[in-house]
Amino acid sequence: MTNEELKNFITAHTHEVTFEESQFLNAFVPSEKIHSLAKYLRENSFAGFDYLFCLSGVDWKDHFMVVYHLTSRKFRHSIVLKVKIADRNNPTVDTVCDIWKVAELMEREVYDLFGVKFNNHPDLRRLFLDDTWGFPLRKDYKDDITIVSL
Amino acid sequence: MNNKEEIEDLIDSHEEDFILNVGPQHPSTHGVLHLKIKLHGETVTDVQLHMGYIHRSIEKMCEASSYRNFIYLTSRMDYLSAHMNNQACAMAVEKGMALEIPPRAKIIRVLMSELTRIASHTLWWSSAGLDLGAVTPFFVGFRDREDILDIFEETCGARLTMNYNVPGGVMYDIHPNFQRRVKEFMKKFNKRHHEYDELLTGNVIFQGRMKGVGYLSPEDAVSNGCSGPVARGSGVSCDVRKWLPYDGYENVQFDEILETKGDCFARYQVRMKEMLQSAKIIEQLIDNIPEGDFQAKTKNVIKLPKGEFYSRVETARGELGVYIISDGSMNPYRIKFRSPNFCNLSALKHMTIGGKIGDLVAIMASLDLIIPDIDR
Repeated sequence: MTNEELKNFITAHTHEVTFEESQFLNAFVPSEKIHSLAKYLRENSFAGFDYLFCLSGVDWKDHFMVVYHLTSRKFRHSIVLKVKIADRNNPTVDTVCDIWKVAELMEREVYDLFGVKFNNHPDLRRLFLDDTWGFPLRKDYKDDITIVSL
Repeated sequence: MNNKEEIEDLIDSHEEDFILNVGPQHPSTHGVLHLKIKLHGETVTDVQLHMGYIHRSIEKMCEASSYRNFIYLTSRMDYLSAHMNNQACAMAVEKGMALEIPPRAKIIRVLMSELTRIASHTLWWSSAGLDLGAVTPFFVGFRDREDILDIFEETCGARLTMNYNVPGGVMYDIHPNFQRRVKEFMKKFNKRHHEYDELLTGNVIFQGRMKGVGYLSPEDAVSNGCSGPVARGSGVSCDVRKWLPYDGYENVQFDEILETKGDCFARYQVRMKEMLQSAKIIEQLIDNIPEGDFQAKTKNVIKLPKGEFYSRVETARGELGVYIISDGSMNPYRIKFRSPNFCNLSALKHMTIGGKIGDLVAIMASLDLIIPDIDR
C-alpha cells in the first residue's frame, strides 16, 4: 500500500489517528488504542505488518513517547506508530508482546531505561540495571558520579 | 531472581526441577551473558536471561557527543562488525545532512564491510568449533582472520575498532598496498575455504550435534524479530543489502543465502556460504575502485535539521538500525540502536525449551551472539 492508502486504511479502523510524513509514514495513536490498532495491523491480510523492527522510548520532557517501527515483509510497506504518554509520574501503555514476541524484550528495555510500564506484560522486570537505579535515559536523570556531562 | 527464598520456592514447587546458572563467565555464552536454566532431568523447562553485566549506556553517552564523535562509540557495540556499525551511523547522519558521498568512498565502504563479514564469520566458525569440542578450527580460523586484520591495520590504523567511516565518506584514503594485499588474501582464502568444510562441516559428531537441534520456524523467526543468518537459516529472506540496497550494493552481483531447515546446521551453512558471497563481492570491486575523493566536504561542526532519521545496515549478525532524533542542535536528542543480537536473543528461549542442556551450547554457537551489542 502507498502512504495515502495506509492512511485511509488506518483511519477506517481508528479515526483518532493523526499522520505526519517524513522518511516513513508516522501515525500518532492515542495510548488506549495502540493494542487494538497493532493487532489489526498485524492480523489484517491487506496490512500484514509482521515485523516489528524497532521499539524505542523517547523523553520529550513534558511527555514520553513510545515509537514502534513496523514493516510488512509481504507487501514491503513500513509505518511508524507513535504513542504519546502524558502522565510523567506513572507512565503506562498497553503491551504489544502478545502480537510480536520480540516486544517482550524490547519493552523490558524501555521500562528499564525510561520507567514506562507496560500493562499486561508477562515479565516486566528491570533488564540491565538494578531495581534501585533511576531511569537513565530520562532527560531529568541526575547521575551522582557523572562520567558524561550533559 | 536474586533472593534465596524465591529460588527455594521455585524448587519446592517443582520437586524434581533443578536450577542451573550458565555464565556470566561461561565460555559458551561468548561474553558476560547469564542464563538461569530450569532443568527437569536433562530437559530444559525454562530459560531466564540476565543481562547488563557490560551495560555502558552507549545511547546516553551518544546524547552528550557530537554527530562526529558518537560514531566511535558504536565500534564498541558489536566489535566484530565495527565497520558496519560505523557505516550505519555515518549513513544516518548523511541522511540528515542530505549528503551524497563520493563513489570511491562507497566502494571502499563496501569492500571494508565485506572483509569484516569474512573476518567475523571466520571467528564465529572457529569458536563454534571450539564450543562443540573441536580445537583445530580455532587455529585455522584465526590464521585467516589475522590476514584481514593486518589489511585493516595498514589502512585504518586499528585492528578491531576501526573507526574508519565518518559522515561524508571514509577517514583516509586506502593504503597503496591495500589492493595488492586484498588480492593476495582472496587468492589464499579461495584456496583455503574448503579446509573449513573438511575440518568441521563433514564431521559426524559435529553434524550430529547441529542437525535437528534448536528448530526455529519462519513464523517464529519473524515474530521474534530475528534477522541475519539466524532468520535466513529458517528461510526468511531479510538481507538488507538486497531489500534496501545502500552504498552501491545494488550494483554488485551476489546471492542472498537461504536455508529452509531452521536448525543449527542450517544457520551454520548460511554463514559458510555467506563467506563465499562476500568473497565474490570483493572480487568484483577490488579492481574497480573509482578515482576521486574519498570524502565529501563537510563542515567541522555538523548540525542536523529537526527531524528523525533511520538507517539500516546488514551487519555480520543481522539488521542494525540507527534511529536518530534531532532537535536541530549539535548533539543528537535521542539515539536508538536496534541491535541484531538483542532481537536474535529473544528467540533463544523459544529454541531451547524442551531440548536437552547439551543442545544449549550448540544453539548458542549457532546464534553467534556478541554480548556488548545486547547490553550496549
